[in-house]
Amino acid sequence: MDSTIVILAICDGVSYAALVFLVSVGLSLIFGVLRIVNVAHGSLYAYGAYMAATLSLLIAPVSPWLTFPALLVASVLVGAIVGGFMERFLLRPVYHLEEVLQLLITFAVFMIMDNLQRMIWGVQPIFAAEPVKLLPNISVLGVNYTSYQVLLLPLVAVITLFGLRYFLRYTLAGSIIMAVTEDREAATAIGIDAKRVFLITFIIGACLAALGGALASPTTSLVPGMGTDMIVLSFAVAATAGLGQIEGAAITALMIGLARAFIIYIQPELEVLVPYLIMMLVLLIRPMGLFGVNRVRKI
Amino acid sequence: MSTRLVSRLIIAAATALAAILPLILPSWATLTTLILAKGIVVLGIIILLQAGQVSFGHAMFFGVGAYTIAFWGRYVGAGDLLLFLVLGPMLAMVFGLLIGLFVVRYREIFFGMLNLAFSMVMWSLLEKLYAFTNGADGIRVARPTLAGISFTPEVFQYVLLYLTLGLVLVVSYGVQRYLDSPLGHMLRAIKSNETRLEYLGVSAKRILLIGYVISAFLGGLGGVLVAVAQQIATPEFAYWTKSGEFVFIAILGGTANAAGAFAGAAVFETVRFFASAQLANAWQLILGVVLIVIIMFAPNGLIGLRNRGKAQAEVRP
Repeated sequence: MDSTIVILAICDGVSYAALVFLVSVGLSLIFGVLRIVNVAHGSLYAYGAYMAATLSLLIAPVSPWLTFPALLVASVLVGAIVGGFMERFLLRPVYHLEEVLQLLITFAVFMIMDNLQRMIWGVQPIFAAEPVKLLPNISVLGVNYTSYQVLLLPLVAVITLFGLRYFLRYTLAGSIIMAVTEDREAATAIGIDAKRVFLITFIIGACLAALGGALASPTTSLVPGMGTDMIVLSFAVAATAGLGQIEGAAITALMIGLARAFIIYIQPELEVLVPYLIMMLVLLIRPMGLFGVNRVRKI
Repeated sequence: MSTRLVSRLIIAAATALAAILPLILPSWATLTTLILAKGIVVLGIIILLQAGQVSFGHAMFFGVGAYTIAFWGRYVGAGDLLLFLVLGPMLAMVFGLLIGLFVVRYREIFFGMLNLAFSMVMWSLLEKLYAFTNGADGIRVARPTLAGISFTPEVFQYVLLYLTLGLVLVVSYGVQRYLDSPLGHMLRAIKSNETRLEYLGVSAKRILLIGYVISAFLGGLGGVLVAVAQQIATPEFAYWTKSGEFVFIAILGGTANAAGAFAGAAVFETVRFFASAQLANAWQLILGVVLIVIIMFAPNGLIGLRNRGKAQAEVRP
């Protein structure tokens, strides 16, 4: 394997890892606070992508540079509206039920969203590559690559990582979220509105998934099923890292992204397999994930 | 009349309906077979749900059953249905034992996730090893003989239907006996209090493993029957949405006893049958809405609706 391919694989891996990180950190955050694995998370990713493409195609004739804010607007729109609706009207009424049933509610939402997606945007692939074309290509150690993928995407991921860290550890709102995560009853007793915390957390997580989709939209063609693939992958990353682990999700996303990129150049048939093999290996050795903490079992 | 008698009457009526209706409406024969076959798989899900565990990868055993017969047809030649009905579930059991040895060490979300991971590995192998599996197109399954006799397609659909119906009765009885046995009660104890179970000197892992292997067996059996009924095996059989579908049917029907699996499968497949004919583009949406309504307003499933008046102790929510 010559050095060009190694560099290409690293660039592919890093840009892909950035997207996967955004989606799986949202999933992890929601799980950490609400204790629900959101099966519809991949659909939020797909909606973010489709919404971003729609807005970009609308706004591009006015000024191509406006497509960048369009990506952001699309993800906030999808996250706040779809995510907000989902938590408030579908999940809140079932918090008292078994976890299996809560999981199934999100599965039902996945089915509905998947179907609606086909109705709204059809099954033909959609392309909206405007933002990638605007940014120049750069040379990474002699290999040409789009700066959108190799600079902008990782930059957004890093900003998100540190932004989330700062938000959760050093702001009042973040501390409130952490308090509800630690002990919901005690937090409610000192006057924290746990319901609102759940809603806000869910919306933040949903926005992150949609942001991942929006940022992915210029780099790939949008097809039905893109959300389905993403949900299992982000599950795998979140579980490998340990559910609820933010920094862990970043490292794991990078690991899985790079492994996947290299395998594409070596043995492309095995591409889909790699994330799950890594996940299985890790969970067999460390059941709580690479960075998860063992919880004391409550009797 | 006692509720027990009523239950028996309902089961007898449902069996008679499944046996007679397709004679009047021939187009229902294959649909009824599919309902019954999927119900068998869902029985396996219900066993695991007794222990409070939900597998989001159970379709892999369904896939093992279906591909057993597909590979046999491709690499060995013609075969007999009786042979497949032994071979498919047995292979699924072997898979279930191997995978089970790993996954029973985990609970709840990790149990679900690991199952998902294993099933995704199987799905991607089935899809990517094109030379062996034809990839996403799947492998066609030829109509097998039964005990050496070959049938015309018209007759075979009834043969398959009644064979499936017979299997359903046997398997349901077996599963109900299992759930009522000490083993079944210990399975339920994993859900209510695993620590206490361990203090009683029982290995929770072993109890769960037994349940897991039985449910893998049921998955393989259902897979063989569906592959024969639909005459094809595709990687889709092992995909995670298929697993989700089985869990969905279990919740829809109710997880308290074996009858729920078939009630759920009947409603699910019938809704899908008509919705995909009338509203081809919206059936998934309709099912999603139905699922949400069921969970919010009848979390015990269709069987739970009937049992509402009964003492809560008998019906596990």
